[in-house]
Amino acid sequence: IMCASAKYNTRGPALIPRMKTKHRIYYITLFSIVLLGLIATGMFQFWPHSIESSSDWTVEKRSVHDVPVVKLPADSPIPERGDLSCRMHTCFDVYRCGFNPKNKIKVYIYSLKKYVDEYGTLVSNTISREYNELLTAISDSEFYTDDVNRACLFVPSIDVLNQNALRIKETAQALAQLSRWDRGTNHLLFNMLPGGPPDYNTALDVPRDRALLAGGGFSTWTYRQGYDVSIPVYSPLSAEVDLPERGPGPRRYFILSSQMGLHPEYRLELEALQAENGESVLVLDKCTNLSDGVPAVRKRCYKNQVFDYPQVLQESTFCVVLRGARLGQAVLSDVLQAGCVPVIIADSYILPFSEVLDWKRASVVIPEEKMPEMYSILQSIPQRQIEEMQRQARWFWEAYFRSMKAIALATLQIINDRIYPYAAISYEEWNDPPAVKWSSVSNPLFLPLIPPQSQGFTAVVLTYDRVESLFRVITEVSKVPSLSKLLVVWNNQNKNPPEDSLWPKIRVPLKVVRTAENKLSNRFFPYDEIETEAVLAIDDDIIMLTSDELQFGYEVWREFPDRLVGYPGRLHLWDHEMNKWKYESEWTNEVSMVLTGAAFYHKYFNYLYTYKMPGDIKNWVDAHMNCEDIAMNFLVANVTGKSVIKVTPRKKFKCPECTAIDGLSLDQTHMVERSECINKFASVFGTMPLKVVEHRADPVLYKDDFPEKLKSFPNIGSL
Amino acid sequence: MQTRKKYIFLTFLASWLLLFFFGGDQLHRFAFFSARKAEARRSWPRWTDQSLLKSFAEPEELQRDGDPPLLSPRERRAAWLSIYRSSRCRMETCFDLSRCERNGFKVFTYPQERGQPVSETYSKILSSIERSRYHTARPEEACLFILSIDTLDRDRLSGHYVRDVEEKIHSSPLWNGGRNHLIFNLYSGTWPSYGGELGFDPGHAILARASSDSRSFRPGFDVSIPLFPREHPQRGGDGGRLRRGSVPPKKKFLLVFKGKRYLTGIGSGTRNALHHIHNGKDIISLTTCKHGKDWEKHKDTRCDKDNVDYERFDYQELLHNSTFCIVPRGRRLGSFRFLEALQAACIPVLLSDGWELPFAEAIDWGKAAVVGSERLLLQIPSAVRCIHPERVLAFQQQTQFLWDAYFSSVDKIVHTTLEIIKDRLNPHRSRSRLLWNALPGGLLVLPEFSTHLGDFPFYYLHHGYSPSRKFTAFIRAVSQTDSLSQPILRLIQAVSGSQYCAQIVVLWSCEKPPPPSGKWPQSSVPLTIIQGRRKLSDRFFPFGAIQTDAVLSLDEDTTLSTSEVDFAFSVWLSFPERIVGFPTQSHFWDAERGRWGYTSKWTNELSMVLTAAAFYHRYYHSLFTEYLPAGLRELVDGLAACEDILMNVLVAAVTKLPPIKVTQRKQHKEGVARQAECGEGAAGTPSGPHPAPAGPGGTTAGGRRLSQRQDCLNQLANWFGYMPLVSSRLRLDPVLFKDQVSVLRKKYPSLEKP
Repeated sequence: IMCASAKYNTRGPALIPRMKTKHRIYYITLFSIVLLGLIATGMFQFWPHSIESSSDWTVEKRSVHDVPVVKLPADSPIPERGDLSCRMHTCFDVYRCGFNPKNKIKVYIYSLKKYVDEYGTLVSNTISREYNELLTAISDSEFYTDDVNRACLFVPSIDVLNQNALRIKETAQALAQLSRWDRGTNHLLFNMLPGGPPDYNTALDVPRDRALLAGGGFSTWTYRQGYDVSIPVYSPLSAEVDLPERGPGPRRYFILSSQMGLHPEYRLELEALQAENGESVLVLDKCTNLSDGVPAVRKRCYKNQVFDYPQVLQESTFCVVLRGARLGQAVLSDVLQAGCVPVIIADSYILPFSEVLDWKRASVVIPEEKMPEMYSILQSIPQRQIEEMQRQARWFWEAYFRSMKAIALATLQIINDRIYPYAAISYEEWNDPPAVKWSSVSNPLFLPLIPPQSQGFTAVVLTYDRVESLFRVITEVSKVPSLSKLLVVWNNQNKNPPEDSLWPKIRVPLKVVRTAENKLSNRFFPYDEIETEAVLAIDDDIIMLTSDELQFGYEVWREFPDRLVGYPGRLHLWDHEMNKWKYESEWTNEVSMVLTGAAFYHKYFNYLYTYKMPGDIKNWVDAHMNCEDIAMNFLVANVTGKSVIKVTPRKKFKCPECTAIDGLSLDQTHMVERSECINKFASVFGTMPLKVVEHRADPVLYKDDFPEKLKSFPNIGSL
Repeated sequence: MQTRKKYIFLTFLASWLLLFFFGGDQLHRFAFFSARKAEARRSWPRWTDQSLLKSFAEPEELQRDGDPPLLSPRERRAAWLSIYRSSRCRMETCFDLSRCERNGFKVFTYPQERGQPVSETYSKILSSIERSRYHTARPEEACLFILSIDTLDRDRLSGHYVRDVEEKIHSSPLWNGGRNHLIFNLYSGTWPSYGGELGFDPGHAILARASSDSRSFRPGFDVSIPLFPREHPQRGGDGGRLRRGSVPPKKKFLLVFKGKRYLTGIGSGTRNALHHIHNGKDIISLTTCKHGKDWEKHKDTRCDKDNVDYERFDYQELLHNSTFCIVPRGRRLGSFRFLEALQAACIPVLLSDGWELPFAEAIDWGKAAVVGSERLLLQIPSAVRCIHPERVLAFQQQTQFLWDAYFSSVDKIVHTTLEIIKDRLNPHRSRSRLLWNALPGGLLVLPEFSTHLGDFPFYYLHHGYSPSRKFTAFIRAVSQTDSLSQPILRLIQAVSGSQYCAQIVVLWSCEKPPPPSGKWPQSSVPLTIIQGRRKLSDRFFPFGAIQTDAVLSLDEDTTLSTSEVDFAFSVWLSFPERIVGFPTQSHFWDAERGRWGYTSKWTNELSMVLTAAAFYHRYYHSLFTEYLPAGLRELVDGLAACEDILMNVLVAAVTKLPPIKVTQRKQHKEGVARQAECGEGAAGTPSGPHPAPAGPGGTTAGGRRLSQRQDCLNQLANWFGYMPLVSSRLRLDPVLFKDQVSVLRKKYPSLEKP
């Protein structure tokens, strides 16, 4: 709806009604409107009090112990067990979410209650610290609504994070009596420790009917793909211990196992690995001889050596994460925090947030059967990749494991992405660490596609008042075989373009666009009249390019449609004395820019220049009446990561950058200004995107000893 | 009249002014009524005692994680085998991994039995497997088995339905309860419910089926494949239809659908509702009732009008002129529309609830399709209108990439299925999701080579890597003399003079042993000699000795100067995924003889660069040796020619781009007439190393060689199913090449000598 509105307001309201003899009616309506307005104004004087008074509700200061108590009768209904065939389209009511312009689901949280059974015994702990943090995070997020009628997703405040801390039947009864329960439709439960002895089910045992489960430790048999969300087991240790990020690189141990309470069979296998590979493998266990007062959970031992946990994790390249009684292990979070690459050995385990996270980039998954081969498998991973995995592991922890807030928001975002798939967060946004997001480029024209020659190009000539020279340019350019249309951008508001009859007669359509303001950016506007992909930007004084040169330029552009392909090349240099960038127009062996006084490029870049230019560059260029070409070079290089292509030998262009008068002093100020532009743009882009290359493009047979008449582009480089 | 008009207007204005003056503030309040309310919402309370709350689990409890379970891990895994079967199959329980460890990933197809009907489509699938590099003829070394019984159409009412499949399967000694079998299926179930039943028990077999339902789909075990028509090409396949990328997307229609609607039965709900979004302008949604024989019996009130509208538009025209295409479910979940839309670069809008999308295990469909919900059909128009133009452009390009990488031929569909299964066997040596969803696609990326993105030539920009700034010179020596020839000595000297040269590797392909190390020239870079077999394809073997990203491939008699090498390498750094080299050749379509022609004459175009003097990424050695089927390498070795053509075809097939020629150099050897076979080309034009036939009737050695290479080119095009080579009309020279400026200012002055 939001984006559709732009379409309608272009019509504008119909203003003055035509009146004839019905003025009497108008009088009456007019006065009644005025009267009504005045009454309404008066009414509001009294109303607002009731509106403002509600704002006192925002922050509640109460104790957890004061929450209302709800007694559950023994025969109150119990929901059905979870339905394994549930999917979003069968068990989820999308109509509650509706279409909304922000594409955000609305989440409601039930208020906190204390549940007791018939005898007044508590059903569970009221709420744990972590669950309280989680609900607080949801409440503070954009997803939250306090209006139960507008909600799409409901989160009960009944804490089921740890199944061992609750009574199953009674908890289920408590769920069933929630006001909007309705068989659990659109309800979301968070559970990290599912199952109980002896067989430890891999999903929460509390009957929950159609409710979605965000669970830690799902197996492939209990996880309903596309319905449930697999979440990590939060490690409260991470809030206590600060492990600063450690740069990637070799560490003291190659493989480390730090878990306590491993099954003896696993321990034997690990010890065999240690015996085989010596000191690079370290298998730790709990300490038996600690003095009193030292928390056992913060120490690990190997023989008599004592290690600090979790600090020791930072000493190893790979850290083993084995399944215990459950599949999900809190140690995974500690390992990631330490920037240690987890080696996950837990058959059938659904990794946390696996719907969106690419764990292959941050971990190694090894089938339990292959445990004895672990060492050789890990040895085969290239060092560069290990470093990347270390960075990636740490980033996953920071973004998705670090706090209950991170876990809650990632879960909601995943559900949100399912409901509004066309606005979903992309793979890159989920998975690329900030450093990669920063340094990577995603070329908007990534498909290797050579546009058909028949499409041709549109020449766009920016002109102010040099009519004679303009006409010569038009005549010259019109000789190029692949020209399909010529567009003159008339940038002079004080003077009308010449009459139709005075324009040169050419074989392709010629259109004149008059601009509202004399701005340089008018040259790069994505005019509807440009119907081809290729645009040739050409100044109204570039008459020295031959038809062969222009046609060849177009052919080169077809092979590099995502680049700027132009004639005069320029270079940027780092001035070590001044410690800043410098603009260079001399005869150099390198180029990093081409001037848009004569250059081919894709029309898409017009769109980018006009609507997506970073910072204030566009306005700055218009205000300074200079450097629009440098800005375009920056833009294209930044978005594609590629260099420009300079075509054909250098020609004596009539100082294409200066406008009117030649002269040394002017030339120098011009160079200073252009250098300023480069420095300005580099600071706005936050980087120097321009790429320096040593090559230019010539026809295959250029300057070859070959009959000229057999060459496709004989007239290249003539002066 | 006039004065009255004015008077009224003035009063009108004045009263409104008054109202705004006094009531503006209040109106303001009124407008922001809802916003204020949002501010005052009730949020989750900040408990006064929240810092005293207990943690959800004691640290000890978290770290020890419960009591050791009753079953030991080994016992548990053994128990799984009996619990998780048939509908709950997973790779861990229903697939025998050990079979694949012994001999690698080998696929065996059951021999064809006589008198057994096999549909055209199924025989295409079988021949795709036989063309695959994983195929084996020996069942004992196989990891995966494919039935020869046609299981594609399991609709009882269909003519292709094969009876008694169950008995036939069980009679095979290899069946083994379906373990390690892969069963292909396109149609299952029948009228009226179109459930997933196959009519036989697949046991432990993996199902590769179209129209998979997410509820019966066994994740990580089954593979969802697309529904493809009988006429789908075996190999190659048509390219995508996107010819231009424009923003905003300038297509005539926004959203289209044209198809049957079912008057009754499953799937009719969605298709019957489609007319609601038709607006006759940019959204065209047409249905016809004409379907089956007795449609008129079920005919409803809309039918006649719909049928008339239906005829007014041409399906192909709609398909190619629309930005989005609705792909609703048919009777089954998948439909032919999906691939048609993908190829046409018409972004599919899926209305097929519960469809497990094709290859969803690997492909990120969120980048190429809009996954709608059948229940929210009426929101689709506004949802697609809201998608930003940049995103539309990205979507369009992604449809083309996916079509070309995984769907355009039966070969691609089958090979993708195999690769997905193979990736599961060794999770640590498999492709990440990124590799599947970025150019050039998962099939062309070998995880055996590396799992690190930076080791491939394709992802430098993606992750801000750059190729290493050193190269390995790789020289193939074949001369039969005892001492080293002059050219190779000069070559080693020239190459080792380059500041970018990290090492020189000589592949010694002669019967005689290489000269002792003392005889080799002393150079500043390390020199390694590899004793090769006498096969031509050896020159593209991924030798471990090659340590750098860039390889400079050379023949022993190649002549190059140091500055030529330096310049070419600087160009390669800008185009690391292409072949960058000196002498070139080109191909052309010989319309008279109806085949591809090949020429090494000087032309205005080029499509191949000789690998006797060229830079390329070392990954192409791996692709050449491991990706291409052995048959192609045997072809090259058998002809003792055209290994360079094969390499050029391979790289062009991967990149879809032409190679890059640098500098004026047209030949890699000094002097043309050194070999007897070298004749003269067209008058006045110096010929390349493999010149054209001397004339009609002239069966010189050169002529034979040319026709050999021509045959080779045609055989390659036939194997690939299309001609991958792309022509280029440019070469790259140093910036100041032959410019009117002092030689002293030029970095590569020596390149200007004729």
